[in-house]
Amino acid sequence: MPTASLTEYLFISGILFSIGLAGVIIRRNIIVIFMCLELMLAAASLTLVAFSRANEVKGLPDYDGQMFVFFVITVAAAEVAVGLAIIVALYRARQTVNTKDLTSLQG
Amino acid sequence: MPTPLFYLFAVIMLAGGIGIVAMRNPVASAFSMIVSFIGLAALFVGLNAYFVGILQILVYTGAVMVLFLFIIMLLDLKKEEDRETKTPTLLAGIIIPLLLVLQLVAVFQTSDLGDFKPITKDSLIAAEAQLPNDIPADSQIRKELKQGSLPDVNLIGQKLFTEYNFPLQVIGILLLVATVGCVSLSKKLIPKA
Repeated sequence: MPTASLTEYLFISGILFSIGLAGVIIRRNIIVIFMCLELMLAAASLTLVAFSRANEVKGLPDYDGQMFVFFVITVAAAEVAVGLAIIVALYRARQTVNTKDLTSLQG
Repeated sequence: MPTPLFYLFAVIMLAGGIGIVAMRNPVASAFSMIVSFIGLAALFVGLNAYFVGILQILVYTGAVMVLFLFIIMLLDLKKEEDRETKTPTLLAGIIIPLLLVLQLVAVFQTSDLGDFKPITKDSLIAAEAQLPNDIPADSQIRKELKQGSLPDVNLIGQKLFTEYNFPLQVIGILLLVATVGCVSLSKKLIPKA
């Protein structure tokens, strides 16, 4: 049975990244924007794992790529925790999560 | 990963991704994100990255999405989504990612990255002979490779605690700082009298 090639994996992850980017641009709810950011990070992880599988080192996958994914997942988890704490603090101050209403820093 | 399975999971992942952007209700967006990440974890497993796939489900689907749902329900955001998106924003949100995809199509048409080398029982037994000498003969890594299975977790652990020991400790500090930051952000600010 034929197996999927590296190009297909990279293309799929590129599409996933584009969907995340579209979400960040289109959506107005700051929590959904945050979810789309996570989606973009996940897409980058997929390319890293695909390259790790493609670049074999002595017959085994190159685990440096997967190490990078491990650290990305850890940092993303910490980022979500702090980001959601900021959103809750913001909601307490302004009673909104719509980015159209959060323009105090606009010049 | 066989091509039909790859496309099945890729479609699940992309459908979840589109769901996040298209759903009006944030709770529905969060559930589409879970679907998307389950598809992604399946793709990871198909790339012989079993540990990363399980980590993706445990950390994202298990912990992060529960946190998202918790916050969405805590803030009761359902009524926030009744405003229309403006046409220029919608156009920018479609055209810019579309340009990125077109660029990718152009690049991948002119380049040939080749196929993955299959990982078979024989290739793993051959890989065992090429392992560096500092991995002892009675270790789990050598034992499993000799039997022809990939000791994914053991190899990652070996790398994490030798080559990546310093970054691991830095990440530990980062998590500590994030914990302290969350607690101090969630505290109610009391104005000075």
